[in-house]
Amino acid sequence: MSRSPALSVEGACVALGARLVLRDVTFALEPGEFCALIGSNGSGKTTLLRAILGFVPLAAGEIRLEGAAGAPDPIGYVPQKLALDPALPLRARDVVALGLDGARLGISWPSKARNAEVDRMLRAVGAEGFAEQRIGLLSGGQQQRVLVAHALVRRPRLLLLDEPLANLDVRSTAEIVALLRRLSREYGAAVLLSAHDMNPLLSAMDRIVYLANGAAVAGRPEEVVRTEVLSSLYGYHVDVVRVHGRVVVVAAEAGEQIHEAVARDPVHTASVP
Amino acid sequence: MFAAFMLHAWLVATMVAIVGGAVGFFVVARRAAFAAHALPLGAFPGAAAASLLGVNELLGLALFSGVGVIAITQLQRGERREVASALWLAFALALGVLLLSLSGAYAQSLYGLLFGEVLGISRTQVFGIALLSALTLALLALLARPLLLESLSGDLAAAAFGRARSLEGAFLLIVALSTAMAVPVVGALLVFSLMVGPASAARAYTNRPWRALLLSVLLSMAVVWSAIALTYLTDWPVGFFVGALSAMCYVAGRRRSLLAGAGS
Ligand SMILES: Nc1ncnc2c1ncn2[C@@H]1O[C@H](COP(=O)(O)OP(=O)(O)O)[C@@H](O)[C@H]1O
Ligand SMILES: [Mg+2]
Repeated sequence: MSRSPALSVEGACVALGARLVLRDVTFALEPGEFCALIGSNGSGKTTLLRAILGFVPLAAGEIRLEGAAGAPDPIGYVPQKLALDPALPLRARDVVALGLDGARLGISWPSKARNAEVDRMLRAVGAEGFAEQRIGLLSGGQQQRVLVAHALVRRPRLLLLDEPLANLDVRSTAEIVALLRRLSREYGAAVLLSAHDMNPLLSAMDRIVYLANGAAVAGRPEEVVRTEVLSSLYGYHVDVVRVHGRVVVVAAEAGEQIHEAVARDPVHTASVP
Repeated sequence: MFAAFMLHAWLVATMVAIVGGAVGFFVVARRAAFAAHALPLGAFPGAAAASLLGVNELLGLALFSGVGVIAITQLQRGERREVASALWLAFALALGVLLLSLSGAYAQSLYGLLFGEVLGISRTQVFGIALLSALTLALLALLARPLLLESLSGDLAAAAFGRARSLEGAFLLIVALSTAMAVPVVGALLVFSLMVGPASAARAYTNRPWRALLLSVLLSMAVVWSAIALTYLTDWPVGFFVGALSAMCYVAGRRRSLLAGAGS
């Protein structure tokens, strides 16, 4: 299969202020692939997603999107930690409708086709039960579903989600992951999902991009989540330990500073198939 | 109170109400109430300058509203909108005091600018205000959906627009236009009460965005019409009634939100 990748990132470097936040990041995503972007806080996950969206410029390297030649394809995006205003008069269904045509100029007239499209999307994410409620008053898991519908309703080839599992309970987490996995297959959208804990994604991901200190390794989970590979990424020895179906990445004997860096975020896991 | 000379007042007040209610919906959605206060008040030295130079007051207001938009958007690059608005307001008021003392124009015209004088609107002013209203509403209709999306989340909007550019500048321009037309009528001090009161009340009564906008316009018209009627009857300043009735709208809306959770 030599289809063009949905996304290809080659040697991407991003500088914020005086700091080089991303260094030489390279990976590619095929259409329909589900990819986890894993790294501890401050490792550059958000920055990478924003670079793909074109919100921050690259200092070096290249990011190519499928169909970027003519009119750029829409990218579906679910940002990190959206604080939605509970006083905003906007129902879940309005949020999905804004995903469809929120960037268009002029007044929108009611349309059957448009409503049907919105309804279909609401059903696809299991949000039909709270479609008429205010977005700002929904629970975190419910908002996440609506935002996924907002991002997918224009059928993008690429869906970026920034820590969509943060602040979800175990059950909602599993449901959202299963939902995303199913939709990415159904819609043929490549999914790039950032998380600081890879545990919940183990069964879903085809591919992983592992970030540490702005550098990345990418590949299939069983290629990347290995003691040698991650040790060389971190620049010091870490052990990839598999316990009870979870994989924990721990620093072994390391200098004090290094140890602290990992100790803050000791659990990186992959129950590699 | 429906005599010929009152016709101008009703006409102009209706236009101001429609524009104020519609723009106000977005002012409240974007939490930009302070900017909506700083722009009209900061435009007031423009009117003082106009009277100093003997040109049309509306021109001075429009010019200074525009300068205010540029100042706030530029300052906003490094600061939050509240801070940017405050900085502009402080500077503009200082300049206003200076211009006022130079021009020697006083009491009556100043009073009108700050608190409004809906009963003294001239025929030329009616035309100017109609033109500005049409322009403001056209811009608002053009940008309605992107503005709504951006009030949900700037990042979602930027992803949808395909670039990290915000509509803040365009939005402030719309506020400035509506400001320039409303200041001579309801006064610089109270323009923003008309934008904030009805709009925040409206969203307590419906969950639907465009219905909330419509309701905001209707409430705003009710406020302005009642204010004119009451002014005519009591001879108290129109600004007082606009401000007080807007505040009452707001309180009613808050009570409803608190009692009912969100409206449906
Ligand atoms: N505007 C900025 N200027 C300078 N440094 C920044 C800026 N934004 C983020 N950073 C730094 O870039 C690094 C990566 O941040 P981020 O991409 O948000 O990480 P993550 O999403 O993985 O937690 C962090 O160390 C952060 O402090
Ligand atoms: Mg982040």
